[in-house]
Amino acid sequence: MTETSPAILRVRDLRKNYRSGETTLEVLRSVDFDLAAGEFVSIVGQSGSGKSTLLHLMGLLDAADSGSIELDGTQIDGLSSARRDRLRNTAVGMVFQSYHLLPELDALENVLAPLMVRHGVLEWLRVRRDARDAARGLLDRFGLGGRLRHKPRQLSGGEMQRVAIARALVTRPRVLLADEPTGNLDEATGGGILDTLCELNHADGLSIVLVTHDAAVARRADRIVRLAAGRVDDAPHASDQAGQAGHACHADLRKAG
Amino acid sequence: MYKLLLCWRYLRTRWIALASIVSVTLGVATMIVVNAVMAGFSYEMQTRIHGILSDLVFESHSLSGFQDPQWHMDEIKRAAGDDIVGMTPTVAVPAMLNFQVRGQWITRQIMLIGIDAATHAQVSDFGRYLQHPANRGQLSFGLRDGGYDTVDSQSDTTVPTRPALEGAGWPHRRMRVERERVWREKLDADRRAGEGPEAAAAEPSRSVDQQVDAVLAATTADAPPAAAEAGGDLATPPATADPFRQARPIEGTRMDPANEQFTGIVPGIGLASFRDNAGTDRFLVLPGDDVKITFPTSGTPPKAVSDTFTVVDFYESKMSEYDSNFVFVPIASLQRMRGMIDPQSGLASVNSIQIKLREGADLDRVRDTLRKVFPADLYAVSTWRDKQGPLLAAVDMEMSVLNILLFLIIAVAGFGILAIFFMIVVEKTRDIGILKSLGASASGIGGIFLGYGLFLGIVGAGAGLALGLSIAWNINSIRAGVEWCTGERVFDPSIYYFYRIPSIVHPFTVLWIIVGAVGIAVGSSVLPALRAARLHPVEALRHD
Ligand SMILES: Nc1ncnc2c1ncn2[C@@H]1O[C@H](COP(=O)(O)OP(=O)(O)OP(=O)(O)O)[C@@H](O)[C@H]1O
Ligand SMILES: [Mg+2]
Repeated sequence: MTETSPAILRVRDLRKNYRSGETTLEVLRSVDFDLAAGEFVSIVGQSGSGKSTLLHLMGLLDAADSGSIELDGTQIDGLSSARRDRLRNTAVGMVFQSYHLLPELDALENVLAPLMVRHGVLEWLRVRRDARDAARGLLDRFGLGGRLRHKPRQLSGGEMQRVAIARALVTRPRVLLADEPTGNLDEATGGGILDTLCELNHADGLSIVLVTHDAAVARRADRIVRLAAGRVDDAPHASDQAGQAGHACHADLRKAG
Repeated sequence: MYKLLLCWRYLRTRWIALASIVSVTLGVATMIVVNAVMAGFSYEMQTRIHGILSDLVFESHSLSGFQDPQWHMDEIKRAAGDDIVGMTPTVAVPAMLNFQVRGQWITRQIMLIGIDAATHAQVSDFGRYLQHPANRGQLSFGLRDGGYDTVDSQSDTTVPTRPALEGAGWPHRRMRVERERVWREKLDADRRAGEGPEAAAAEPSRSVDQQVDAVLAATTADAPPAAAEAGGDLATPPATADPFRQARPIEGTRMDPANEQFTGIVPGIGLASFRDNAGTDRFLVLPGDDVKITFPTSGTPPKAVSDTFTVVDFYESKMSEYDSNFVFVPIASLQRMRGMIDPQSGLASVNSIQIKLREGADLDRVRDTLRKVFPADLYAVSTWRDKQGPLLAAVDMEMSVLNILLFLIIAVAGFGILAIFFMIVVEKTRDIGILKSLGASASGIGGIFLGYGLFLGIVGAGAGLALGLSIAWNINSIRAGVEWCTGERVFDPSIYYFYRIPSIVHPFTVLWIIVGAVGIAVGSSVLPALRAARLHPVEALRHD
């Protein structure tokens, strides 16, 4: 799989330190990581192992101390901040544990927000109709067709997370980066969210990186990457073997195909 | 696009920000009103001063003046050419004015100005400031036969605030002479009856006026006219109350005061009147009364000489400095009395030449031309602005200081915006992080706050503009309303000599105020905007 498909995300020798006063915390020492197009990878690791940090670096929300990240064929270090903002808007979609919806906007507007950020006022007037249709389509697909005008505080956690996923997808990114998207949800609701992600991966060929420390959640992915001591530990662990029959979301489908 | 939407959403929920709109509004409105009123006062004062002074004043440094004004005028004409539309010579000397009110001599320090009745009104607004309609057309130093304005001709009121002027002129003069005669006869009769004038004067219960009235009522069939009563109350002192005067009759004994007058003078109205609480002008002297003036002769050293003059009109420029200082006399008489006419050549001297320039002429240029032609150690040439330089500069200065103080109000509003925006940035840190994670640029985030500041500035300044202009344009109705509500006099015309609060709105000043206010609003949102723009996305997302 990794060999046949071109890598959509290529991380090499990535380092990230946090300095606070005298002490330096080496969170990422030397991380190498590849994500093939259409691949669904889980990143697991202990709390504080730097999973979120890595995800933020890949989502261009933060800058690494050294090393390189290639996103969709573009080397991101050395980009101007304007280009980085642009790439963040178009190439990646991000989903967070605590949803991070804008409280002033309703569900539909929250989904439209990345497109509003992308377009100027005049341009927006031109693309508004298409954008609305796309956003409505996504919300419909996630079963939120009747809650378009609800503010985030009027929605349940699962609904908010689905709005957040719709927002991440409305820009048609190649990669979805999800940081513990089910962390705040009960098992059933979280399962529903994971089903949604699996379906996106399978049906739309979306590449997904899912950060979690729940082994059961991680097993839904094609591959599991373990982050420990600031490095990626690729050695497979018996407990978190991905792609096991009945767990992986589309392993059986792929086998059939 | 998100900027507009978010600005709008934040505005709807952050009412606190509207508080800074209100303070911007108030600041802008106050500045517009104060500037309009100050500009009004300043304009009013400048037109007054300019109306009183001619465009250019050409004068000698010496009190004796220079000879042959006609030659000087020809030279000036030759030098300055087409710019000159009128010239008139004047003689000005410091002097003392003496007149009698109810037996008391009142002395005032004055500036005695000899003017040419025919041409003086051509170089300044002098004519407009006189109280007799005919004198406003063409000044005459002859006493008029009544008809003085009882309504202030320079105000737009129709209330007669000067009832005393009703009988002024020859009727007043004749009545006064009659009363003096009656009083003299009464004193004579009393003396013959064995009583001295001291006894009459010592009688405290009845004033001289009342005694004269009593005699008149007893002896004359027709009672004194009502009009004379109005003025006579304060303004008709029988000159005979002065015992010396009675003993030594007025010079020119042969003169018939009921039908003849002395040299006419036009004193400033402030020298002869005061305004009472009801807004009515009370006169100490009326046209028709005689006064004495003491002034220096033109020799070296100057000697003081006195003469008697008859008041023929009043001069009211509404600048109290002038109205309580100037007394105008015919220039020829003053030259003669001061000895300013050369006995050999017959040429008269003058102190200065007042020059009027054509509309739109450059005063400073003409002044400089004349300064080149005439030696500076003998002559001074100055514009009316030069003459009133310190006063005009003081007013300008006052206006600048006031503007700075008022601008501080808007600056306070600016600090309000600064604080509120910082609060919003802190409160909305997570939202800012979210927007950044969606690809919003730092400048875009900063732009939200700048745009919000701009919005507050524009709305605040716009409302302030509307409020300020409506107050500035209706200030007199508002004043009337406030006076009616509180029963207090907000604007006392007797202090300012204006009947309305003047108010002039200069578009340029208003523009500056608006630009300043909007600038302050935007300026004070710069720091919060920078802070928002520099927020680190990851840290902002962690914030809650
Ligand atoms: N801004 C920061 N300054 C200093 N240290 C930081 C900062 N951000 C993160 N860290 C530290 O870096 C380490 C990795 O943090 P990170 O959030 O990536 O962990 P994580 O693997 O996502 O943990 P969890 O599973 O609990 O979410 C932690 O020890 C954290 O304390
Ligand atoms: Mg984490």
